[in-house]
Amino acid sequence: MANSTETLKGIGTELTPAPPGHEHGTLTAWIQDLIFTVDHKKLGFMYLGMGWLFFIAGGILASLIRLQLAVPNNHLIDAESFNGFFTMHGTTMIFFFAMAMVFGLANYVVPLQIGARDMAFPRLNAFSFWATFFGGCFLFLSYIAGPGLYGTGAAPDASWFAIAPLTSRAFSPGNNIDYWSLGLLISGVGSITGGVNVMVTIFCYRCKGMTLYRMPLFTWLVLVTMFLVVMFMPPLSAAQIMLVLERFFGAKFFEAQAGGSPVLWQHFFWIFGHPEVYILVLPAFGVVSEVIPVFSRKPIFGYPMMVAATVMIGFISAGVWAHHMFTIGMDSFSVTFFAFATFVIAIPTGIKIFNWLGTMYGGKIRLEIPMLFCIAFLFQFLIAGLTGIMLGCAPFDWQLNDSYFVIAHFHYVIVGGIVFAVFAGFYYWFPKATGRMLNTRLGLWHFWVFTIGFHLTFDPQHFLGFLGMPRRIYTYQEGRGWEFLNMLSTIGAIIQGIGAVLFIINMFYSAWKGKIAGDDPWDAWTLEWTTSSPPPDYNFEEIPEVRSRRPLWDLKHPEDPDWKFE
Amino acid sequence: MILVIMTESALFTIFVVAYLFYLGKSLNPPYPREVLEFPWLGSFLLFSSSGTIVVAEQRLKKGDRGGFHLWWFLTILLGAGFLIYTGAEWYHLIYHDGLTLSTNLFGSTFYSLVGLHASHVIVGLLLLSLILIASLTGNIQHRHHEHIEMISWYWHFVDGIWAVVVTVVYIIGMQS
Repeated sequence: MANSTETLKGIGTELTPAPPGHEHGTLTAWIQDLIFTVDHKKLGFMYLGMGWLFFIAGGILASLIRLQLAVPNNHLIDAESFNGFFTMHGTTMIFFFAMAMVFGLANYVVPLQIGARDMAFPRLNAFSFWATFFGGCFLFLSYIAGPGLYGTGAAPDASWFAIAPLTSRAFSPGNNIDYWSLGLLISGVGSITGGVNVMVTIFCYRCKGMTLYRMPLFTWLVLVTMFLVVMFMPPLSAAQIMLVLERFFGAKFFEAQAGGSPVLWQHFFWIFGHPEVYILVLPAFGVVSEVIPVFSRKPIFGYPMMVAATVMIGFISAGVWAHHMFTIGMDSFSVTFFAFATFVIAIPTGIKIFNWLGTMYGGKIRLEIPMLFCIAFLFQFLIAGLTGIMLGCAPFDWQLNDSYFVIAHFHYVIVGGIVFAVFAGFYYWFPKATGRMLNTRLGLWHFWVFTIGFHLTFDPQHFLGFLGMPRRIYTYQEGRGWEFLNMLSTIGAIIQGIGAVLFIINMFYSAWKGKIAGDDPWDAWTLEWTTSSPPPDYNFEEIPEVRSRRPLWDLKHPEDPDWKFE
Repeated sequence: MILVIMTESALFTIFVVAYLFYLGKSLNPPYPREVLEFPWLGSFLLFSSSGTIVVAEQRLKKGDRGGFHLWWFLTILLGAGFLIYTGAEWYHLIYHDGLTLSTNLFGSTFYSLVGLHASHVIVGLLLLSLILIASLTGNIQHRHHEHIEMISWYWHFVDGIWAVVVTVVYIIGMQS
């Protein structure tokens, strides 16, 4: 065992001394290295690359959905394919784009931020990546393999939360739902092992002097995220095991004819599904908590409260799941409980937003591109939170559940919040990972085009919801007053697509010809900026020792170090 | 290992909830009170294996390699005995009482919960056997002590889950 790893490591260092894509070795050697690597930085890269691949796939599906809905009575896509499209779009974006981003950023940044040389279990890390990746591939295999409904391929088509009676053999013959459940089961195993790995890394591999209380906020938020992954992915896996048993072996879990309860499926799914929202958004908060202080030239405002709020969000998020289910007919006690819990979770989130504002207040703000994305994030996430509270009011939810208002709300969270923060993170850490800056001019274009496209797409959808447009319909009649807003939304989606393409061009262009970054282009304060860009395989020549939350500040300002005040 | 145990507990929780939720809701027989018998022998075998593994660990700490092998092997035997007991129970349920995974809600939730536990016992036995083989061939050294402790934690966890399963499936389940 030990021997074979030695040789693998030997091959690895011989073949790729440089970041991906350069002089040494042939294409096959490079691919071979990708397959065998256990390095947290390469795996982080692979997670992120995989995320963008699935982002493109999910984006194409979204564009097709929007094209279909642009005008009334449209028949560009037939109803069955449309069902497949929105199911695949949701599943892909949540599990194979956003989750890949979470794990990619965590993989790349966390060991560097805590001064470690790699993750705690490098080989397990590789396993997690490959499980996630093959899970995604398996899901998309449904389009080319296996029999499904008559001639439409076998794409899963029961929406991303696989509504229970629809998923039984009687209503979904063929293999479509199996692709969904098995693909996500595989990637779920990858996520859980990944979560365990990151948590162990954070607990056991911090460098000397880095107490939990001196950890960078990104690492803190990733820690809470991984706790949620470890606790709340298994319910989904369990529910999917039940679904697989039901579909393949005739077990009875969710079948009403046998006394089973489709509602139980919804409970199981949302016990996972709501914490999942926080799994995705907490690392985004982490990115924002790193970027805003650096570009406001002030330490983060209220660090202890930020940590406390994060932990609070983590705990409360476990008790709000049924606010997705107000319309299924719960008793009034449950409705009140879950509505109340939903309001309570707004408190720690509000604390965070005020602390970010407090950090910016009186700071010397540098409007670089990561900061622009963070500012847009603050506005958009605020609106997302407010519509969330609106939907948390049960009577309001009875009116608007399953309408476009809900679509607008969660796209504000996921695109306006998470994707914007991911962009900020990319502009922020790209120089560290590649040694080259992302192009600013292209970046500005990307920011403005994407932001305008985003608002044009999703702002009208709030109003479509008020006007009564239900989600998941594949077309609608004329004369309901939905035409103009739908057209606007489609135009917005196309503009957003152009923005995303600009970003991808920027990544390739800058990796190839960008300005050389140097070790610390942003004058930042955390440990990842002490090593070279890109970092060597071993990250740090000497394991650093820290005495405060901003070790690099101490290093640059020995006359006024932070540790005197903490 | 604590994290693995946490995540596994979450997994089991869902199956336990499903079992409890569907208790007494099956529309057709057999019902739990008709077919279930309290698993005295199986529980005895599994719970005592938690004791033997502790003894085995203590022997190892004292450097008594032979005693370690003996008690460790005994743990494996007890675990295997439990599996055989469960197998016999299932055989009886399937061929005598006609209860299968697809018979009713009770069948589905019973086999999935007990089966999930049994699969963990199998994994545990594989790990235990691996350690025994490695130790007999002399590949276990003193520095591996922690690994062995982790595996024994896992084994205790499997036992603990059995305590929950017994309570839920048999003690509570046999009421309905």
